[in-house]
Amino acid sequence: MEPRVIDTAGVQALVDALLARGYTVVGPTVRSGAIVNAPITSVEQLPRGWGDDQEAGRYRLRGRGDDALFGFASGAQSAKPVFFPTEEVLWRGRRTPDGFTVEAEDLQDDRRDDQPGADAPYALLGVRSCDLAAIGIQDTVLTGRRPDAAYAARRAAAFVVAVTCSDPGGTCFCVSTGTGPRPGPGRGAPYDLALTELLEPGAHRFLVEVTSDRGAEVLGDIGSTSATAADLEAADGVADRAARRMGRELETDGLKELLYAAAESPVWDDVATRCLACANCTAVCPTCFCTDVEDVTDLTGSLAGRNRVWDSCFDADFSLLHGGRVRASTGSRYRQWMTHKLAAWIDQFGMSGCVGCGRCITWCPAAIDITHEAAVLRREAAEQEALP
Amino acid sequence: MVPRRFVVRSSRPDTRDTRTLELSPVDGGPLAFDAGQFTMLLAFGVGEVPISISGDPTAPDPLVHTIRAVGPVSRALAGASPGTVLGVRGPFGTGWSVGDGRGGDVVFVAGGIGLAPLRPAIREVCAARADYAHVAVLYGARTPDDLLYADDLQRWAGEHDVEVQVTVDHGQHAWRGRVGVVTELVARARFDGARTLGLVCGPEVMMRYSALALLDRGVRKDRVRLSMERNMQCGVGLCGHCQLREYFVCVDGPVLPYDALEPLISRAEL
Ligand SMILES: Cc1cc2nc3c(=O)[nH]c(=O)nc-3n(C[C@H](O)[C@H](O)[C@H](O)COP(=O)(O)OP(=O)(O)OC[C@H]3O[C@@H](n4cnc5c(N)ncnc54)[C@H](O)[C@@H]3O)c2cc1C
Ligand code: SF4
Ligand code: FES
Repeated sequence: MEPRVIDTAGVQALVDALLARGYTVVGPTVRSGAIVNAPITSVEQLPRGWGDDQEAGRYRLRGRGDDALFGFASGAQSAKPVFFPTEEVLWRGRRTPDGFTVEAEDLQDDRRDDQPGADAPYALLGVRSCDLAAIGIQDTVLTGRRPDAAYAARRAAAFVVAVTCSDPGGTCFCVSTGTGPRPGPGRGAPYDLALTELLEPGAHRFLVEVTSDRGAEVLGDIGSTSATAADLEAADGVADRAARRMGRELETDGLKELLYAAAESPVWDDVATRCLACANCTAVCPTCFCTDVEDVTDLTGSLAGRNRVWDSCFDADFSLLHGGRVRASTGSRYRQWMTHKLAAWIDQFGMSGCVGCGRCITWCPAAIDITHEAAVLRREAAEQEALP
Repeated sequence: MVPRRFVVRSSRPDTRDTRTLELSPVDGGPLAFDAGQFTMLLAFGVGEVPISISGDPTAPDPLVHTIRAVGPVSRALAGASPGTVLGVRGPFGTGWSVGDGRGGDVVFVAGGIGLAPLRPAIREVCAARADYAHVAVLYGARTPDDLLYADDLQRWAGEHDVEVQVTVDHGQHAWRGRVGVVTELVARARFDGARTLGLVCGPEVMMRYSALALLDRGVRKDRVRLSMERNMQCGVGLCGHCQLREYFVCVDGPVLPYDALEPLISRAEL
């Protein structure tokens, strides 16, 4: 289907059409000084006129002085918690005199009413290109080998409205990772519609690209006009300007080999003097998937079961064995995180685990910067090679 | 991620902290497995941990687990009395594929509880003994009281022409056997390295030195296999805990060839 154009009222009509189809619409909205994803019903809830300033260890909202609805970069949360909630019931059982019984599936489902995911299906509004790539990676990780059924169900039911980044943050490097700033079909997870916001004075409008039948149907419900050559050119301009304003850069060439060879680099000890092992980076990372399994018991001790919760390789007990932790030092945990993300992931899943969203840099309380540390490793390797 | 229910049929003490349980499924058929695979074994309300299957792969009913009580979950499992229902997921992971050693020598090197995951493979070899040339079981334990499967060790030596060598770290009172580390047994055993498949299971340091001792005897790196131990929460490659650089030990392992492991286990805290 040819690209179409809608205005701000059209975005509201799009939200309405998705709500009418039974979706819970999740979109960006301003809450306590940050842009976060939340269920929305109105365009008025979008961060109109807000941008952000992001640097290592720093995030601030900034008034843009215009009417942009999507004039900001990645927020603290990606789409990850929507499809992959922080906590999920694996199963419930009952204690019996000789052991336990497992509750039937339907009984287990009843208990999921207050679970994240109970208000699915979701329509995600305003998914950035880096986050689309991240959803694609999580699809591979969580459904490629051994399918996580709950994740797969939420994903299959979801409607995705992507958006082109117009104003990348100081920690963005999606151009380096080849994941942005403009959504493209075949790059990352599939999406239904992609918006590019055109902020021309007196002509605030959105180019809408349609990439699925479902997307075409929904767009058919609302009024839109066909895109002109000028619209297409303006949208290209938005993406080109964004691509030229990346805050960070990551040289990805030979990165896997570089990290594998750097296992004993002094860099890890150096990072360890700054890293608090707080696990912020893995929590905000849109691709980190590690989980722990916890036993839960109700007060009577008769109903019990197992929940899956987000975990992090920075957690001290992540690698616990009887007799000690495999990764006792902070340096070894940072090495695991960075090596997994940028190197081992490629062997495991045929793709890097980093999408260049910059969240781990922005939300690190110690301002540790993965692109900087990668550059240091590269310099160190080059120096070693230069030695006689 | 939902466990099957298995009932404990019998529980036999092996040593003061280790017991062997026989389990049968409450519903459904037995758990077919390859020697070297493990299950995630659940004590309801306490927790779930990886435990290797130590029974006979040609007779998977009952499901046999040998469990050393070292912490809350293993204590609850090892202490489960007959009639108790435990949860079982699996079997998971790669096996020893001991059949690759047919026509040549097979050397099993075990440290402590590491004999349990090797036992199914030793049985497999004994059941087709004529297919193999020299077979050795080299086993090290902390003290004579910590030796597992005394009956099996005797039977393998007496009835199946297996060279069984045992050593302990600390001999006590009546011990007339060898005192020392298991790597010394590797140096001395009567196999021909050039045609040997070496299967090693025990604490990581012990496996590293045993692998080196096997290489010293001329065994090829890709013919030495170790069973790796990492924290495991899911067993199916989803939770991330068991990662060893590019490997998910629960899926790609626990049994991995030494040529793949060499660059990894020689680095601290990887
Ligand atoms: C593939 C594999 C096969 C194993 N086979 C056997 C066997 O046949 N017999 C046997 O006695 N033991 C075996 N183990 C070791 C056994 O899993 C641990 O002893 C057990 O997990 C300890 O848990 P715990 O709660 O009793 O002890 P704690 O030391 O209190 O452990 C606390 C928590 O840490 C985690 N944890 C601790 N140690 C391990 C570990 N080694 N592996 C994974 N998670 C761990 C568990 O989540 C556990 O709940 C095996 C381990 C692996 C990885
Ligand atoms: S970086 Fe750490 S928390 Fe993230 S997926 Fe890898 S091991 Fe898990
Ligand atoms: S045990 Fe969960 S990924 Fe291996």
